[in-house]
Amino acid sequence: MSENRPTIKKKRQPVSDRRKFILNMARGAGLASMGGFIWSAYIDEVTASTLILRPPGAIKEEDFLKTCIKCGLCVIACPYDTLVLAKPGDNKPLGTPYFIPRDIPCYMCPDIPCVPVCPTGALDEKSVTTDGVLDINIAEMGLAVVDADSCIAFWGIQCDACYRACPILGVAITIEYSKNERTGKHAFMKPVVHSEACTGCGLCERACVTEKPAIFVLPRETAMGRAGDYYIKGWDKDDEKRLENASEIKTTTEISKESAVDSLNDAGDLY
Amino acid sequence: MSLSRREFLKSSAAASAAAAIGMSVPAELQAAANQAEGDWRWDKAACRFCGTGCGIMMATKGGKIVAVKGDPAAPVNRGLNCIKGYFNAKIMYGADRLTQPLLRVDENGKFKKDGKFAPVSWERAFDEMEFHIKKALKASGPEGVGVFASGQYTVMEGYAAQKMMKAGFRSNAIDPNARHCMASAVVGFYQTFGIDEPSGCYDDIELTDTIVSWGSNMAEMHPILWSRVTDRKLSDPERVKIINMSTYKHRTSDLADEEIIFTPNTDLALWNYIAREIVYNKPEAIDWDFVQKHIVFCASPVNMGYGMRKAGEKSIKEGKYTALEMQTIDKEMKKVVSATEAPALKPYGYKEGDVMVNENAGLKHWHISFEEYKKFLDPYTLDYVAKISKGNPDEDINEFKRKLQLLADLYIEKDRKVVSFWTMGMNQHTRGTWVNTLAYNVHFLLNKQAKPGSGAFSLTGQPSACGTAREVGTFCHRLPADMMVANPKHREITENRWKIPNGTLNHIGNQDIMRIHRDIEDGYVKFAWVNVCNPYQDTASASHWIKAAREMDNFIVTSDGYPGISAKVSDLILPSAMIYEKWGAYGNAERRTQHWRQQVLPVGDAMSDTWQWVELSKRFTVGDVWGAQPLRGDNSLPDVRQAAYAMGYTDNTTMYEILFANKEAQSYKIDLKSFPQAGYDNTECNGDSRNVVGSDGKVFKGYGFMIHEYLFEEYASFGRGHAHDLADFTTYHKVRGLKWPVVDGKETQWRFNTQYDPYAAKANKEAGTTNSHAFYGTLAKSLAQGNLLGITDTTQLPLANKAKIFARPYMDPPETPDKEYDTWLCTGRVLEHWHTGTMTMRVPELYRAVPEALCYMHPQDAKEKGLKQGGLAWVESRRGKIKARVETRGRNRPSRGLVFVPFFDEKVFINKVCADYTCPQSGQTDFKKCAVKIYQA
Amino acid sequence: MATLWNNYRYLILRRFTQVGLLVLYFGANAWGWTVLMGNLSSSKVLGVIPLSDPFAALQMLAAGAVIAADLLLGVLLLTLFYFIIGGRAFCSWVCPVNMITDSANFLRRKLDFDRVQGIKQPASRNIRYWVLALSLIISAVMGVTAFEFLSPISMVHRGIVFGLGFGWAAMLIIFLFDLFVLKNGWCGHICPLGGFYSILGKFSLIRVHHTQENCTLCMKCKVVCPERQVLHMIGKESLPVLSGECTNCARCIEVCDDDALGFSIRNLVKNKKTGE
Repeated sequence: MSENRPTIKKKRQPVSDRRKFILNMARGAGLASMGGFIWSAYIDEVTASTLILRPPGAIKEEDFLKTCIKCGLCVIACPYDTLVLAKPGDNKPLGTPYFIPRDIPCYMCPDIPCVPVCPTGALDEKSVTTDGVLDINIAEMGLAVVDADSCIAFWGIQCDACYRACPILGVAITIEYSKNERTGKHAFMKPVVHSEACTGCGLCERACVTEKPAIFVLPRETAMGRAGDYYIKGWDKDDEKRLENASEIKTTTEISKESAVDSLNDAGDLY
Repeated sequence: MSLSRREFLKSSAAASAAAAIGMSVPAELQAAANQAEGDWRWDKAACRFCGTGCGIMMATKGGKIVAVKGDPAAPVNRGLNCIKGYFNAKIMYGADRLTQPLLRVDENGKFKKDGKFAPVSWERAFDEMEFHIKKALKASGPEGVGVFASGQYTVMEGYAAQKMMKAGFRSNAIDPNARHCMASAVVGFYQTFGIDEPSGCYDDIELTDTIVSWGSNMAEMHPILWSRVTDRKLSDPERVKIINMSTYKHRTSDLADEEIIFTPNTDLALWNYIAREIVYNKPEAIDWDFVQKHIVFCASPVNMGYGMRKAGEKSIKEGKYTALEMQTIDKEMKKVVSATEAPALKPYGYKEGDVMVNENAGLKHWHISFEEYKKFLDPYTLDYVAKISKGNPDEDINEFKRKLQLLADLYIEKDRKVVSFWTMGMNQHTRGTWVNTLAYNVHFLLNKQAKPGSGAFSLTGQPSACGTAREVGTFCHRLPADMMVANPKHREITENRWKIPNGTLNHIGNQDIMRIHRDIEDGYVKFAWVNVCNPYQDTASASHWIKAAREMDNFIVTSDGYPGISAKVSDLILPSAMIYEKWGAYGNAERRTQHWRQQVLPVGDAMSDTWQWVELSKRFTVGDVWGAQPLRGDNSLPDVRQAAYAMGYTDNTTMYEILFANKEAQSYKIDLKSFPQAGYDNTECNGDSRNVVGSDGKVFKGYGFMIHEYLFEEYASFGRGHAHDLADFTTYHKVRGLKWPVVDGKETQWRFNTQYDPYAAKANKEAGTTNSHAFYGTLAKSLAQGNLLGITDTTQLPLANKAKIFARPYMDPPETPDKEYDTWLCTGRVLEHWHTGTMTMRVPELYRAVPEALCYMHPQDAKEKGLKQGGLAWVESRRGKIKARVETRGRNRPSRGLVFVPFFDEKVFINKVCADYTCPQSGQTDFKKCAVKIYQA
Repeated sequence: MATLWNNYRYLILRRFTQVGLLVLYFGANAWGWTVLMGNLSSSKVLGVIPLSDPFAALQMLAAGAVIAADLLLGVLLLTLFYFIIGGRAFCSWVCPVNMITDSANFLRRKLDFDRVQGIKQPASRNIRYWVLALSLIISAVMGVTAFEFLSPISMVHRGIVFGLGFGWAAMLIIFLFDLFVLKNGWCGHICPLGGFYSILGKFSLIRVHHTQENCTLCMKCKVVCPERQVLHMIGKESLPVLSGECTNCARCIEVCDDDALGFSIRNLVKNKKTGE
């Protein structure tokens, strides 16, 4: 036990500069990694919100988050005050531009003033350009989705407010007519959204007359499924374009995950 | 009402079974079934908005209407609605509802023309009205007191207003906003059938093979009917054809097999083209048997002007119209025949460049031969008509010709049933009466009128344009049940029925709605009262009338639920009970009369227009109004006081006692124990829990008799036995409306058709004929003889049971685009908003859906004029300019050279731009075309 | 009045610049002015000249974003300006947070907090370099511009120009932190942007110069200085303040009654020195 005493004494001796440096560095590194983890967790949290509608021409959300410098030039350029920058409390990636169609939708200006002003390319002019001319009709801000249960057109009410509000009506939203067998003499006029044409401007969501809109815009990533490139529509020549992405196929299921020899050798309780 | 469980089950089952098959259930049973479901009360009513006449149900809870549903038992809509119908309750609960009378006063509370509005009592309000009416009567006689009436009046309100105006003030200066909407159709009916209102009904939709929409965006303006058209198309897509005839592309084209875009006003040429195709190229299609038995051919003068102000009128002389405005107004006196119209006017002896001197033609017409009619049709070849009517400059002329040919072929095709629907495109037209009659021409030649599934059918815009404005007769020239103030016999019938002295009624009925505005501007009308309409927003050349109201020595009163433009330009504002805050009845476009009960108490101190009229009548006595009265010109009204004394009235007898609280009225008892009064408020009859302090400064406790029933029954008595038969008051509260004439408890689907209309059967029987039809209307049923140029033989030829085909040519409108004003302007409505938007712009959902009126135009026009989609532009005519946002996409897609701006938005005041020229025969304004220039704002 | 101007002339000028920039930015968003559009992250002067935050661009680079030419030009312009001329002037002449931390500091002096808490600061001013490094690492790892999602500077500035939301909370936190927790806590210890500009502005031309001969050792300059370590030469030798951490706020010049401190240009200083 007594051997320990000098150690105590030793402890009280001034720490060498080298040791001090190492300790400081270690302490710094420790604090930094602790802070770093908290910071990362926070970032992960604030950027997790994928239910956000970006201005026209916005690049993929993942790239958008690293490219957008949050300068608000697109917000200033927007003549309708549609775009806002996410404020603390909005629960959206802070400082990034977005819009809430129910409040102010995108009015789809043909000259798309919000896009060319972007200094970083987070809003990509090329993605909203056709043959060298800006073309808002190809913007992909989101996709309108109809909740058939709360949409009064599906009850038979003559509404179509969304259809008439659509800047590309007849293409992005069409009316599906069907007989109303209950009344025997009226027709249903149900709005149908076409994902290949809908820009997600949200004029329909804004116009919807139900208390909470029965047609609403979601980010395309959220609203759309994907059929994959494996099955091609046999009746549609253009659909073959998807073959360009098709790749080698190898499948694994629960039953096929072992090699043939292994599974042959594993008789289990077969006999 | 208490119900046992068994009773409840029984009534619920009956109601749902009945609803399922679309049968009408007695309201009592239905109400009982619903009442048992919760602490709310369901009751039936009619929709407040368009002329379709959908049935709705209102849920009342805690004295407020909390929910609405379509009435499943209503035959028109079977439980459906459009989105306006969906918000029938919300229109009553806007935050800025008017709740007390407001008067312009100075700092001492005295009336001052340019004072600020301040609340006053009802007593004070009526004091002011009484004072200013007496002042106006003294200054100008009965013609100095005017009323802007409405096609949105309930039947009872309209009847009360008309009675007090025509019998009390002896003024015919009461004319409804329906003048702007239906007048051309009405005169068309009068001239063609001798009686007002359509021969067919909505059932035609389910029965027809072809629906041609002429100047009517049914998809937006009559959504429930359009849904029935759609259903018809879906039932047999190959057979059923739909054609949209319009001056621009709109939503009705969506479903159409063909869309024909024509130049404004050339509908006249298009109808005549179809008639020419029949007469010249497919004469075998003419049903000569039908035509010979039922039809005569007629002509009328063509140089009748455009219903504008005439040279020498006071305001013109005073220079109230600018040189620019006069460029158009000058055409009222004479015009130069243009190259476009010259071929059509050739049979009348005009050629291009001739000066046509216009004369007041009135409604004069005369009998001509078929040969003369054929001669008249000669110019309307496919080449000529296609050339002048192709409305889309980018369309190929041969493609357009193909469509016209197809249109004619569809009408002509044997065994093909055809319905022609139209609304404002054909009515708001400087030749509106003409084009209405031209529609019947084609149907008559082919024997496709007044038959199930076939007929030309004028759709109405307003909920009771038919039921009140037309049937009750709140027009300056009309009396109830198609009678006319100009006809001494009709006046006598009315005077006798109203128990007023013969000679009381004014025989001059020329103060139509435009004339009232113009008379105010001329300083002649000194007092005007606005009822259930918004004439200072909905009348063309609006700046003139607003200026006249605000800057001249007159007194304008507006009764309204909300502070609209008319309220703003008034001197006194009266808070009116809105639609379901009173008992009422409406009549829709297919002659269906529908009643409802008062569902809730009015807000604040608001009171119904009926009450306001009845209270006003208390202020005027026999001595005040029945002495001799001067009229304009050399006319006057006799002193009828002696006759009044003989009837037991004295100088001090009030109009209230004579017109509203007479013995007959008192016989309609309050009966709170039985149907339909039991359980429902009745503010006018019983007062109500608000204890509103009334016109005499005392709490209003009710008239003590069932005034609604009295007004309705007295009005209905005019039509019964005269092909206008209505059922009784109580029956209407049990059924979902009935199409008059209601004979032996049965409604009538197809008038003039012997098979369906008892009156047609009767007319045939009386005439000893066995014809398929009898056009038994009685107006203008004996005519002189002549040719296209005029009367040659004044011998009057009787035309009992016959209808008329008219020779009426294509003519240019008074304004067409030129170098300076290079674009056509068309105005109209949108589905989301009702008329001037005073109600629907206060429903958040509808406001959000369409917050402002846009200027719809072709993208290339916008580009050439340097305008941006969504940018602001000035729309300027010779009369004024407004700023609107440019829309080159969306619901309305005009071709190059035309723009469309709706009129619902008081901030985009398009009626300052429109011209107040009218059809000279009907007095209906042409809101559908004038020349404008458009430039960046 | 003259003394008041003399004692606060740079402060007034700084506030004028800070507020003026805010007004220009605000006007661009609210009333469509075109003098200065955007915000401190990136802006356009007169709709033509781009200016972009080099630190944000650095994070973008770390995150793996493609840097657009416009942005690069904007970054270059600002970098050159601060590198050659301004030094860390951003912090005291542009940054709106400076107004918050200055007021916290002012209150701290008035309330004599320093005497209560003692002059010794519990934290190292080098934290900011750690945070700087960390923000680049996190940007790289997470693939987003890490500091930009957290930065109270943008929060406050963007908040004022585009709408505040809960941004006032960030302002309050910094104010309270500086007032109660750590003197010059945010700007002087933590802010990585300050750290970034300290490094970037190390060689800039505009410098505060100390003239030892005039110094009376009153130490007023050290009391007001938000980065007091940079004034190590006070009363000792005539030297320019060469540390990049100096924000060129000039408070020291204003409080010096003895003409011992003043602005000068680095080259001239050197020449003067060698000339002597």
